[in-house]
Amino acid sequence: MDGYSQTELMICAAARELEDGRTVVVGTGAPCAAAMLAQRLWAPNLIVMFEAGGLGPLLPTMPISVGDSRTFHRAIMAASMTEIMELCQRGGADYTFLGAGQIDAYGNINSTLIGADYSRPRVRFPGAGGANDLGSLCWRTLVMTLHDKRRFVEKLDFLTTPGFLTGKGAREAAGLPPGTGPYRVITDLCVLGYDPRTCRMRVESLHTRVTVARVQENTGFALSFLEPLAETPPPSAEELRVLRQEVDPYRYVIGRT
Amino acid sequence: MGENPRAGEFFCAPDPDGLRDFLRRKPRDLIAKVTSAREAIARFVHDGDYLATGGFGTNRIPVALLHEVVRQRRRHLGFAGHTATHDCQILVAGDCLDRCDVAYVVGLEARGLSLTARRAFESGRVQAREWSNGALAWRYKAAAMGLPFLPARVMLGTDTFAFSGCWEITCPYTGMKLAALPALSPDVALIHVQRADEYGNAQIDGITVADLDLARAAKHVVISTERLIPNELIRREPQRTAIPYFCVDAVVEVRYGGYPGNVAYEYFSDEEHLREWLAVEQDPDAFRAFLDRHIFGVPDFQAYLALRGGETRLAQLRAEEMLDGPREGA
Repeated sequence: MDGYSQTELMICAAARELEDGRTVVVGTGAPCAAAMLAQRLWAPNLIVMFEAGGLGPLLPTMPISVGDSRTFHRAIMAASMTEIMELCQRGGADYTFLGAGQIDAYGNINSTLIGADYSRPRVRFPGAGGANDLGSLCWRTLVMTLHDKRRFVEKLDFLTTPGFLTGKGAREAAGLPPGTGPYRVITDLCVLGYDPRTCRMRVESLHTRVTVARVQENTGFALSFLEPLAETPPPSAEELRVLRQEVDPYRYVIGRT
Repeated sequence: MGENPRAGEFFCAPDPDGLRDFLRRKPRDLIAKVTSAREAIARFVHDGDYLATGGFGTNRIPVALLHEVVRQRRRHLGFAGHTATHDCQILVAGDCLDRCDVAYVVGLEARGLSLTARRAFESGRVQAREWSNGALAWRYKAAAMGLPFLPARVMLGTDTFAFSGCWEITCPYTGMKLAALPALSPDVALIHVQRADEYGNAQIDGITVADLDLARAAKHVVISTERLIPNELIRREPQRTAIPYFCVDAVVEVRYGGYPGNVAYEYFSDEEHLREWLAVEQDPDAFRAFLDRHIFGVPDFQAYLALRGGETRLAQLRAEEMLDGPREGA
């Protein structure tokens, strides 16, 4: 193959979105790995935060929980949830990474349930967690998820976390802070952004050997494609070395298929 | 989406004047409150109460106290599901809950979903309202401030808002739309800490999550602590007091009382045991036997720890927490 896995490619693509001197609220797993990679390669002043209260840790290894003691290891501050969320609410959080059970064309996310009846869902998922807070309040929301039709749907079963809601201006009309919202979606097939005129998802680069047709086949709504459509730069040797040797040596994240 | 079908209907409605009256009468004497887990739960957790736990899912959660709630077969409890992972899993396994303010339940983060908890919510056996983690933390804060609500810029425009019971308000100064998060004052909060004195003055190491507000918002607070320390140590460093004694009703000394969760600077989580919980839930008969063995069949938490490998296993978890031993796979 290419000498790297899809997970490694997604982590490297996500890391490249993070500029130095910014703040990012992450969860465990791939987003945390992306932030750690960016810190080690070009963003030494990237401040990593966890919703449970970890603020600016020097992560010794991958955390297992968003609140475990790794999340405030040699940190600037072992804070609280309200400290982190209030920082987000007053505009101090530049990026956040979310996952998605279902995501629609406007970047709205469902992590609550599958089914039509709220009181008797077919499948109950955890719920909003911190995702609704972070997706409401952070300047730029990035999503990392596998790309298939079950996830990329025309209509969500439940709108847990706001993307652009129903389109341009809808976030502001709902009362969400102006200028915030979805920014990128990084999948195992491509990197997507949003068309500024419609606020709908748009493919911005395809991973190596992935075709436009394959992306559309695996998406439950009509996509647009940026012209000219780029190829996602594959992970560099240096990115892979740091990711494998320093960020995730026990392969907690990259070891999973 | 759209209109809010449950606006104003809460499992635990805001009542700041009620809380004021309650706290006016709550004893503030500096008296020793040390007791056993069994006695503390018997006295302060009653069928039908609204319960909240400190910590974060598998981190500094009051496991010893939760096992006691299950062992004493409390029923019809309300629960604040504020990143409730293993704590929620224990209470659902004991069939203790019938209503839950959900921010995060059912899952154990990246470890997977609890089948028992999923079934409890999917069958409607546990009724739910939807919130976010930030919203529930701010609901505690509103109660701790003595207010009926706090405005916030979260949940707006979503089904999470529509199924919360929350009202939207307009700011009188800016015209902004805001979510009016109703104050949440649980009947009882169970909070695990690293150190407390016999009166209930408590110190927390590491992140405090929502526990400072929770301890001030709740009517009753039961503290479990890794260690009892002399009052003199509290008074020597008063800036370290996270919870003052007059908030606290009972103090229970339980070494390793947060196991199998992580307690910062004490011990790391027992990932093997947490995985075992998730796996055994797949088979209802095996799960009943597992609960009989680990909770109903033991007299107290020390007996549970002994079943889990006692000092040998706990020493490994201490080494893991201190980052001076090899880490097992996640």
